[in-house]
Amino acid sequence: MAKTLAEKVWDEHVVRSADGEPDLLYIDLHLIHEVTSPQAFDGLRMAGRTLRRPDLTLATEDHNVPTDLLQGPIKDPISKTQIETLRKNCAEFGVRLYPMGDASQGIVHVIGPQLGITQPGMTIVCGDSHTSTHGAFGALAFGIGTSEVEHVMATQTLSLPRPKTMAVTVEGDLPVGTTAKDLVLALIAQVGTGGGQGYVVEYRGDAITKLSMEGRMTVCNMSIEWGARAGMIAPDQTTYDYLRGRDHAPAGADWDAAVAAWDALRTDADATFDKEVVLDASTITPFVTWGTNPAQGVALSDVVPDPQALPAGNIRDAAERALVYMGLTAGTPMRDIAVDTVFLGSCTNGRMEDLRAAAAILEGRKVAEGVRMLVVPGSMLVKLQAEKEGLDKVFSDAGAEWRSAGCSMCLGMNPDTLTPGERSASTSNRNFEGRQGRGGRTHLVSPQVAAATAIVGRFAAPSDLQEL
Amino acid sequence: MEPFVTHTGTAVPLRRSDVDTDQIIPSDWLKRVERTGFGKGLFAEWREDPTFVLNRPERQGATVLLAGENFGTGSSREHAVWALTDFGFKAVISSRFADIFRGNSLKGGLLPVQLPAEVVTALMDLTDADPTAEITVDLDAREVRAGAITAPFDLDDFTRWRLMEGLDDIGLTLRHEESVASFEKSRPSWKPATAVS
Ligand code: SF4
Repeated sequence: MAKTLAEKVWDEHVVRSADGEPDLLYIDLHLIHEVTSPQAFDGLRMAGRTLRRPDLTLATEDHNVPTDLLQGPIKDPISKTQIETLRKNCAEFGVRLYPMGDASQGIVHVIGPQLGITQPGMTIVCGDSHTSTHGAFGALAFGIGTSEVEHVMATQTLSLPRPKTMAVTVEGDLPVGTTAKDLVLALIAQVGTGGGQGYVVEYRGDAITKLSMEGRMTVCNMSIEWGARAGMIAPDQTTYDYLRGRDHAPAGADWDAAVAAWDALRTDADATFDKEVVLDASTITPFVTWGTNPAQGVALSDVVPDPQALPAGNIRDAAERALVYMGLTAGTPMRDIAVDTVFLGSCTNGRMEDLRAAAAILEGRKVAEGVRMLVVPGSMLVKLQAEKEGLDKVFSDAGAEWRSAGCSMCLGMNPDTLTPGERSASTSNRNFEGRQGRGGRTHLVSPQVAAATAIVGRFAAPSDLQEL
Repeated sequence: MEPFVTHTGTAVPLRRSDVDTDQIIPSDWLKRVERTGFGKGLFAEWREDPTFVLNRPERQGATVLLAGENFGTGSSREHAVWALTDFGFKAVISSRFADIFRGNSLKGGLLPVQLPAEVVTALMDLTDADPTAEITVDLDAREVRAGAITAPFDLDDFTRWRLMEGLDDIGLTLRHEESVASFEKSRPSWKPATAVS
């Protein structure tokens, strides 16, 4: 029977299936961080259960870690306890942990690919919704709650109903100056926050296959923002080139065996999806959100929409509430909106290409007076590489703060937060109320738009800079 | 887990769509390593407004949450479910749930009930008109009943059985330990593993 990529990966991992019951799916890799694991470890202990496969489990510290090393060790006692709890748990159950200060530490979704442990055809889970990032390699990767974390710890499996499949085909070429982030923000604005609910999505088409691995990760990362269970991209030469030679990538004869298996991981020509969406990349321009969910976005060249022009009901009500929260007036050109803070980082846009793109724009320029810019690499390796390339100096010279690796202002669990009413241009993935700090107003953008915005002090694209 | 067969209680109408888990329980609360005590953090920021529906005297003691479309979007934090149950909710009714939130609820003793948007609105209107109106969520019959409203809902047989029996998911899976072990033998040797320290 013809199958989609998602169905192939699913079927290869079914341990047991029975009529009227969910499938029992084997999990190849379980990623863990400090926030969603303590209660699961406790559950294991209380039930007297063991961790079935410590060798398929990997932990890091990311959500709570301070990224301003000048501030010294963690000051917040509750954050500190959470980090210490993770360390104790990993020691007790024999889990490999990359702690703060380790050269491989970083945001869980940045380090997996970087270590080469995220590979095509795998099932990967983590108590974190942006686990969808790993789907960029053709893995079936998705976020789970703490009960499921405990379930995977105890059994290395999950009991799940077979998901529906969807194809998102992005044809054509992205215009110059437009990025993977703009592509996915435009997609979400089109399909809505719930558009992917219940589906595993496969992104395909020219505009997708032309993306680098890092761009693909940005797209898959945001799958959850339109409700998709997971996002995947079929592995190809770009994937193999990225993986080859990485720490955990297969080597020698194993590499050849793996590639032979990965080559089969493509949706069959006559396979059908439960749903299909088509997008034309050539019409996409730099994008920015104006509201409090990721679907509330417009082109940078556009204006804050008028809720009265939106369909009555939920969408209009949500827009009205969002404008009040965001302190915006309908009809205001996005380019007229001034920002206080620019955040470059997160598992969406905290990798090398993101930093390089932003640095290229900031080089020889200054962050606008009164604007604070934070640059937070997604991992320590990204940090070290950026420093090797002198990017840290570009950022510092421009007046931005160069930080250490972590989630940082993406969710403000560490000291990096917005104050009430403060407005940010952020390369992260969520513009929910209070996401970056109580009362904070978040606008999601690409690294390029973030850099240009930092320089102008208002939302801007790199192309605006020449006109200055 | 405690079995869930049927539940009757008063309701809170939350007329907002896309309520994300950052609103249900803000990230500050996620630093805790316990599983209990999250009720205080439920909708923490909205509750600072004394007119917020959850703060109203007539809503005290309510156990059924009536929510707008797309409830529980965003982060995978199960803390959102723990906050709702710790606060006293037994069921949430919405026209659509985010996948991960729905899954977490089904593991965490909170029944997510999906009903057509018109029915959810009718239930909200009912409780708005009479805050003492009780809503029955009957898992056995897969039916919600309140006033003149009777609405069937979908839930697969297996999950329904598991919830009605109050069975532990992990325990159920461990019964298939042999299948897991034999599957493990068939995994290609080149699949990655983390070197355990
Ligand atoms: S960077 Fe943000 S979205 Fe990514 S894992 Fe960290 S908190 Fe979650």
